[in-house]
Amino acid sequence: MSSETKQILTTDGIPLEISLKKAERKNKIKAFLLVAPLLLFLIITYIFPIGEMFTRSIDDKMITNMLPKTFKSMETWDGKELPPEEVFASFLSDFKILVEKKEHGKLAQRLNKEKNGFNTITKKLFRQVKRNKIDETQGIKEQIMKVHKRWRNVEYWQAIKRTAPPYTSAKYLKAMDMYLNEDNKITQVSEDRRIHRILWLRTVEVAFFVTVFCFLMGYPIAHLLATLPMKYSNLLMICVLLPFWTSLLVRTASWMILLQQQGVVNDFFVMIGLVADDNRPEMMYNKVGTYVAMTQILLPFMVLPLYSVMKTISPSLMRAGKSLGGTPFVAFWKVYFPLTIPGIGAGCLLVFILAIGYYITPALVGGASGTLISNQIAYHMKTTLDWSFASAMGLMLLGGVLVIYWLYNKLVGVDNIKLG
Amino acid sequence: MALPKYTETRYRIWHYFYIAICTFVFIFLIAPLFVIFPLSFNAEEFLVFSEGMKNLDPDAFSLRWYKDMVYGTKNPWGLAAKNSFIIAIFATLGSVILGTVAALGLSSRHMPFKGIIMATLISPMIVPLIISGVAIFFFMAKAGLAATHTGIVLAHIILGTPFVVITVTATLSGFDHSVTRAAASLGSNPVNTFMKVTLPLILPGVISGGLFAFVTSFDEVVVVLFLAGLENTTIPIQMWTGLREQLSPTILAVATCLIVLSTLILISAELLRRRSERLRGINR
Repeated sequence: MSSETKQILTTDGIPLEISLKKAERKNKIKAFLLVAPLLLFLIITYIFPIGEMFTRSIDDKMITNMLPKTFKSMETWDGKELPPEEVFASFLSDFKILVEKKEHGKLAQRLNKEKNGFNTITKKLFRQVKRNKIDETQGIKEQIMKVHKRWRNVEYWQAIKRTAPPYTSAKYLKAMDMYLNEDNKITQVSEDRRIHRILWLRTVEVAFFVTVFCFLMGYPIAHLLATLPMKYSNLLMICVLLPFWTSLLVRTASWMILLQQQGVVNDFFVMIGLVADDNRPEMMYNKVGTYVAMTQILLPFMVLPLYSVMKTISPSLMRAGKSLGGTPFVAFWKVYFPLTIPGIGAGCLLVFILAIGYYITPALVGGASGTLISNQIAYHMKTTLDWSFASAMGLMLLGGVLVIYWLYNKLVGVDNIKLG
Repeated sequence: MALPKYTETRYRIWHYFYIAICTFVFIFLIAPLFVIFPLSFNAEEFLVFSEGMKNLDPDAFSLRWYKDMVYGTKNPWGLAAKNSFIIAIFATLGSVILGTVAALGLSSRHMPFKGIIMATLISPMIVPLIISGVAIFFFMAKAGLAATHTGIVLAHIILGTPFVVITVTATLSGFDHSVTRAAASLGSNPVNTFMKVTLPLILPGVISGGLFAFVTSFDEVVVVLFLAGLENTTIPIQMWTGLREQLSPTILAVATCLIVLSTLILISAELLRRRSERLRGINR
């Protein structure tokens, strides 16, 4: 049919269809050009650096570049018995270059991480090289083996071979308190050194309970705000919005004052006789402080989405439910509650995601038992300067957040997020 | 909230219980902010209510911590406030310009790959701040912008634009595009149309996005902690160090000023929101 109908032409004689497509494409390009500056800016300053965190977290090129000849000659070595003369010779020549560049210390450090004991024997070898004690015309293997008995131990050479690949998963394993042992098997670190797993669990636990507390406290007040007449609800809304707009540090500071041992909350408890004056409970620098402060700080993020959803629910629905014979509880549970689920989803997602990456408040009121994984990331960024480890942990956290976000998008839909 | 006379006792009890819970939550939300006010006028150095304060003795109150904040000998607050305002103002300008232009593109129905681009643009809001901090620090260190005002401003533009994009796209969703076509048909060029027709109509959304961006920058501490040197100290950084080292009443004086500032921002944001809803024809 369509081929038989005469093509409609525009005034310039171009078929309308083509002309429209052209205009469409032009509009597309125009729209894209408007977005392009911000998109480019974010990709360069933000998205790429997050990608860089990944390469940094798996990067192990330093040692690959330090011992190029050694790793090359090790390719043919089966790794069961002591390596052949050739490996020793190339190791010595690599090592000499490192000594010239004064980088042998770095090598010792890196190898020591792989296997304890490398520090001493690398230093010994360094002294021999420095004094030109090693004669390259003779058997190098024999001479190196004489430097220290550990150079005769095949395990140390196996350790060197293990560092050959330019990439490593060690940082990710370390973040879960695991490591690759001599046989390339994933092993757990000894029980008393498992610190990270506790932190991950605690982070999830804190984020989960803060979300639950926020929900339990936020739902009633969002309901009240949505059902009260405008003039009262506007006034009460200030109680939600003022903390929302107030500096995070100000709010944390006020909790530090309230929760200290001589603080207002403890005074109140003493006054009503809940605790004895000489036995005031410690409420700060532990998990209690973290929970209380984080709940108050994140509560507006729960109330606002809930409120904006509840506002759209017509009160006549509840009346209809009651008039059809439901008790108020049944009407609420069967009619009102299901309608608020998008708001609950949005609020819980926001609070959970914000809570899981929390850093400032736990660091100030959390004490030792209140620190979370973010504090650990900051610690490695600023104090130990182990940036690749910080990157690895950060990406694991990001992965978790993205999974939650994806789940939420599947279940509720992201479009429901509203601000204020 | 008066109950009808025929309400059964158990629902009456439940109702009062509900009101009690709500009262408790509202107090929980707002009370912490009010503790700071009286304590910042404390004449003594301790952060507890002294006996004199409890008895409302005028001698127990003083402005000494406010004086210390402004005239204190080694006081960092002057420099910090100056830096904070400069950084926040430039970051807000940058976020508003980039964000508004992007929102215009995103609201066009011709925009290709809308979903993924929107996700990218608002990602700084979803990614936990500590991760953004690490990533932005890596970029700034490589670009040689660590410990400079420029670096911090750029970082805050990254964090602020999602708010502008979201508020402006929301405003544009109720925007009648026929007015821009009318302007074009009357011979106006696109820039002129934007300045004379579109911008005045979406201005409330733009400003409220700008307010979000301003507060984000003004209150931001996680990323700045990675980026700032001694010269770039900001109010949040000073508060952070102060709270970690020793809680001095001077901090409370600063905090009081910040609460006053946030009240002002809250009022303007609320007024803008109402105006914008009126303009979009949403009647509540």
